[in-house]
Amino acid sequence: MKARVTVTLKSGILDPQGKAIEGALRSLGVPGVASVRQGKVFDIELEGGDRRQAEALLREAADKLLANTVIENYRVEVTG
Amino acid sequence: MRSAVLVFPGINREHDMARALRLVSGREPAMVWHADAELPAGTDLVVVPGGFSYGDYLRCGAIAARAPIMDAVRRFAGRGGLVLGVCNGFQILCEAGLLPGVLMRNAALKFICRDVYLKVERSDSPFTRGYNAGQVIRVPIAHGEGNYIADGETIARLEGEGRVVLRYVAPTGERDPAWNVNGATNAIAGVLNERGNVLGMMPHPENHVEAALGVTDGRGLFAGLVDHFKQAA
Repeated sequence: MKARVTVTLKSGILDPQGKAIEGALRSLGVPGVASVRQGKVFDIELEGGDRRQAEALLREAADKLLANTVIENYRVEVTG
Repeated sequence: MRSAVLVFPGINREHDMARALRLVSGREPAMVWHADAELPAGTDLVVVPGGFSYGDYLRCGAIAARAPIMDAVRRFAGRGGLVLGVCNGFQILCEAGLLPGVLMRNAALKFICRDVYLKVERSDSPFTRGYNAGQVIRVPIAHGEGNYIADGETIARLEGEGRVVLRYVAPTGERDPAWNVNGATNAIAGVLNERGNVLGMMPHPENHVEAALGVTDGRGLFAGLVDHFKQAA
């Protein structure tokens, strides 16, 4: 089973890397970029086929390791 | 004072730390491997040193915080044992839930390697009894992720409870944004846990303990700990 966990910074958390990327896009002449915040994507292959179980497992993985819930949110998608 | 220095893959400051502990305490610390299940018997002080454990992969200190030895460290801290985390060690302790907050990328993005000045806010902790309250000490930093972040409620609680024991200041001891080089919230350089037995700090006191290097301001932290254990014995 394929899944994707997306980890993003909570709003209000300063993201200087996102700001640097924003500046670089502007320097490159890419127009109309109002803001950039950088996150992480984890593509995970799971054994077994139970979708509900998979989602629970992924949330556990996110809570325990993939996201630091002090500063980050996460989204879990089972894709296939 | 029996100290134990934890070693994770990618840690690189364990020898500086061991040297400082040896010089000031007179006793060779135990070097403890991350995969061990237990700390050495009779350990008084656990030190989590600096470096780039697990290459800073995922988040600084995230993987080290979940290594087997950390269960033993948690139990040790739960019994009131003293734990000192320096730089990556501070990051590891935050990730392990032994300290609140998180260390994020320096506000100006650059890795900063230089001496800074710290105000020792209180001297009634085993970690800071070697100093006077309000004393300013000069200690080096070397980090890219030293920007201490926590939510407003946590910061207010830390400040209110006097758990911010070290703060970045100008050489005069005054608060000065120019001297808060990594942009940390409230210029926080080091914090204590609620019980006061766990300290995390970004600067490296272990690198300023020898007269030959010109500055010995870091000695007081280790000397104070030695005194603490002498008194308790």
